Amino acid sequence: MTQSKAFNALIPAVLFLLLSIPLMGLQLNQGQIIPTVTLQDNSTLVGIAFSTGFIFLFQLVREKIPFNGSSISNLISSPAQRVPSLHKHDSFKKILTVLLIASLFIWPLFSSRGAVDLGIHILIYVLLGLGLNVVVGLAGLLDLGFVGFYAVGAYGYALLNQYFGLDFWTCLLFSGALAALFGFILGFPVLRLRGDYLAIVTLGFGEIIRILLNNWSGLTGGPNGIGQIPPATLFGIEFSRNASEGGTTFHELLGISYSGSHKVIFLYLIALVITLLTVWVINRLRNMPIGRAWEALREDDIACQSLGMNKTTIKLSAFTIGAMFAGLAGTLFAARMSHISPESFTFIESAMILAIVVLGGMGSQFGVILAAIIIASLPELVRDFEQYRMLMFGVMMVVMMAWRPQGLMPMKRPHIEMRKKELEERAHEAPEATNTRKAQAA
Amino acid sequence: MSSQNNNQNASLLEVEELTMRFGGLLAVDSVALSIQEGQITSIIGPNGAGKTTVFNCLTGFYKPTAGSIRFKGEDIAGNKNHEISRKGIVRTFQHVRLFKNMTVLENLLVAQHRHINTNLLSGLLKTSSYRRTEQEALDHAAYWLERVDLADMANRDACNLAYGQQRRLEIARCMVTRPTLLMLDEPAAGLNPKETAELDELISDLRSNHNVSVLLIEHDMKLVMGISDYIYVINQGTPLAEGKPEDVSANDDVIKAYLGEA
Ligand SMILES: Nc1ncnc2c1ncn2[C@@H]1O[C@H](COP(=O)(O)OP(=O)(O)OP(=O)(O)O)[C@@H](O)[C@H]1O
Ligand SMILES: [Mg+2]
Repeated sequence: MTQSKAFNALIPAVLFLLLSIPLMGLQLNQGQIIPTVTLQDNSTLVGIAFSTGFIFLFQLVREKIPFNGSSISNLISSPAQRVPSLHKHDSFKKILTVLLIASLFIWPLFSSRGAVDLGIHILIYVLLGLGLNVVVGLAGLLDLGFVGFYAVGAYGYALLNQYFGLDFWTCLLFSGALAALFGFILGFPVLRLRGDYLAIVTLGFGEIIRILLNNWSGLTGGPNGIGQIPPATLFGIEFSRNASEGGTTFHELLGISYSGSHKVIFLYLIALVITLLTVWVINRLRNMPIGRAWEALREDDIACQSLGMNKTTIKLSAFTIGAMFAGLAGTLFAARMSHISPESFTFIESAMILAIVVLGGMGSQFGVILAAIIIASLPELVRDFEQYRMLMFGVMMVVMMAWRPQGLMPMKRPHIEMRKKELEERAHEAPEATNTRKAQAA
Repeated sequence: MSSQNNNQNASLLEVEELTMRFGGLLAVDSVALSIQEGQITSIIGPNGAGKTTVFNCLTGFYKPTAGSIRFKGEDIAGNKNHEISRKGIVRTFQHVRLFKNMTVLENLLVAQHRHINTNLLSGLLKTSSYRRTEQEALDHAAYWLERVDLADMANRDACNLAYGQQRRLEIARCMVTRPTLLMLDEPAAGLNPKETAELDELISDLRSNHNVSVLLIEHDMKLVMGISDYIYVINQGTPLAEGKPEDVSANDDVIKAYLGEA
């Protein structure tokens, strides 16, 4: 028994090793006439070794860790396996989660600026993936123009800052709301369409936004985009080298020397907090009536309507909520890049985000996070393979679809369970409840 | 029942001249129905007579080509189906339509969607009013699970139920929405005689103890004749006969329509 478990855990670890060494562990030296391949520097190799170890250990104990209410034991296993009770491993799960989150917060202090910046990049994609996951994974609406909302968020910050001088935090709120509003306005006419038609119209919408940004030069700066977008501030404290008029800077305040990585770390922390909040919010939503309604609508919209549920509002809610998260991601993106232009918001970006959702396993939050990490970090880590990026990407997708079409971690929405005794007690209380209701109605 | 005293000729549902045309096909032609509160009314007729189409018109799945549908005096012809169901008309389907990959309990919770506090903020913050309505929904679901004898199945996925259980769950799912008029499209189809007898009992009980009127489409004549207060017969989209069960079963036209003309 234990032996087979260890063996089962070994397979993913070895698979990971096989995949990651060629993808991340090798370096292409193009200086010479004939390019040579050498091993990457030590830190990368150590990272790979660590990750392999982690995957092995994780697979070994995964059955004991129900994550976010839905159990990880459903990752690779048959759907028949279900954790009997959601409360059993609560403390273990909590400790693990707290440790993980704590390490995510502390990690940037010991890392290079480039790594932290990559962290922000990944978090932005996690956020985008989570947002699109609400629309595609949970509500079952194929949206190919998600990047449009991302652009709305990014330009929201850039423009509001440029024209009204609003700071990061105000713009974060505005951009989120603005993207949600766009989602709402677009969703209203579009959600009457089904499947393929919906996909095509949303695709068009994403392009319209990009083309608009490209051509409305007077407002958006056209193809040149908008530059000098300020980084985030902490209660008015700036992270720049020199304070603006009347402002204070972070390093002066603490009496330390200026370092460019402060603002990167700070933005990373903001992105991390927003992402964690997002995970929490979406996780709650899935357990709420609205989450159930999304799933029910995906299963049978005719039955839903016959039970008095308004199809359009339910779809619209998913669309709006998803768009809002894209707006937040856009603002983070603008703050990270400090210069944005329409070319960052092409269709390929939408496709990437969709790939994250599909790869992660539609609807599964943990899977989407994992996929976002993989897809967002791969191109950055293997810059030397630039030309082969799309090729690798394609191969990865093909392999995934052949090997695990349900995604890395197929969704298992936490079911509401009811024990028998509880059921009986409830059943006997209920008639009174119905009677009072009838009395009220009369 | 008691609520009929204020106006004698006010029926719960009053349908006149209902007509539904699909291109060249006249599926329903000038059908009239009158459903009294607290009664079980049945629609019978040979296959393809247009019974399900009548249901689809009444519940807003189709917009009728012509005719009026008045529910509690209000014209509802052409309303959207979720609006109609919110007014208290809920139906089952000829081919069971459950949320197959959701549990039995969840099927009943989804049906109560608009009774639960669906405010996003109160749900995120788990306010007391949110928890209370969610609790009530659970109680209500548990009550109906017990009532249709599915309590043991509460945590199973709906697709894993036996056919008869799926039929009962569909009825329970209608009942948790607290309907005034329950419309059942061939609920006995595919049931064995014992299950049919239980269904008979269930429908009678719903009518007498749970304050619903029932509109029933059914081919099982024993069930229909035993349970109905009033019967409408439709043949090839047109009304053929109506009356009390004993009148209808003695009607020559009806017998001819069912046995086919020689
Ligand atoms: N959406 C539609 N488009 C075209 N024709 C339709 C449509 N729905 C029903 N019909 C036709 O209308 C006629 C009546 O169909 P309906 O389903 O109402 O019959 P029914 O009385 O319910 O029969 P059964 O007892 O077999 O269920 C049939 O000829 C059918 O083909
Ligand atoms: Mg039919």
